[in-house]
Amino acid sequence: MSDHHHGHSHGVYDVDPLHHHPPQPDLEDTPLTHHQIMQMAVAELLIEKEIISAEELRKEIDFMDSITPVRGSKLVARAWTDNGFKDRLIADSKAAATELDMDIGPIPILVMENTPQVHNLIVCTLCSCYPRMLLGIPPDWYKSRSYRRRAISEPRKVLSEFGTDLSNDVQIKVHDSTADMRYMVLPMRPEGSDDMSEEDLAGLVTRDCMIGVALPGSASAS
Amino acid sequence: MTARYTIGDNVRVRQAYPPGHCRTPYYCRGKSGVIVRYCGNFRNPEDLAYGTYNGPEVPMYRVQFNQTDMWPDYSGAPQDKVEIELYEHWLVPASS
Repeated sequence: MSDHHHGHSHGVYDVDPLHHHPPQPDLEDTPLTHHQIMQMAVAELLIEKEIISAEELRKEIDFMDSITPVRGSKLVARAWTDNGFKDRLIADSKAAATELDMDIGPIPILVMENTPQVHNLIVCTLCSCYPRMLLGIPPDWYKSRSYRRRAISEPRKVLSEFGTDLSNDVQIKVHDSTADMRYMVLPMRPEGSDDMSEEDLAGLVTRDCMIGVALPGSASAS
Repeated sequence: MTARYTIGDNVRVRQAYPPGHCRTPYYCRGKSGVIVRYCGNFRNPEDLAYGTYNGPEVPMYRVQFNQTDMWPDYSGAPQDKVEIELYEHWLVPASS
């Protein structure tokens, strides 16, 4: 028998004629983590003791899942078209949001305005605090250790990896959501968008713009 | 509890490493910055983490630091800043 036997990798030429993929684990194939078990136990206890019902729990999850960055975009577009609203949004975002019939919940969200001199970036180095009531569920990268570590210590490199290159004349302010506040970036209105409607403007404002890793696309590119 | 500091005050984060939960990032301990906002009084997360929900509320501030003070090898621009939420018991006057 030669040294070449099965199980030895031959690279791209070693084609499996039946084209087997490695099996994808089903949900139950990976062990539950400590926190998953704790979460299930707490949920079961709350329901068993009739503190909340299963339906109320499901509705709350449904509600959190229904929030998308569109809520934040609407506030930004209104701020771009109404300076008075912009001032009110920066002063008290919860009160300002009620003008658009929006309830942004009990946790204060501070709106950080980008200017030609200052660019804001949001991170939570301790965990994954995020303005969920305006942007919904955070992207996985926002929760990663590498974003959390690097956004704070080398924000310009991180921005550059998102395709956002800022001049060294611009000051970068990183906001670490370590405690009871949440943050949203109010990006600058792009040039050439003067004739756009508030609704169309909202379409330029993406989640990443409101985290601060990107800038709104130009009106002509949309 | 009334707020001890006002906007513009220079403060330093205590260089302390108590056991248990707290919300003061390691990277800012011992660093000096300036108060840029008083956020209000909040329950202390060091109590809340262990089930004490009726402890005293403590003043909480946003403190701004120079990135060049925070990271010795900071590669960005010299005017770059980082702002962190910190509870009053983690702060001392910068001159002390």
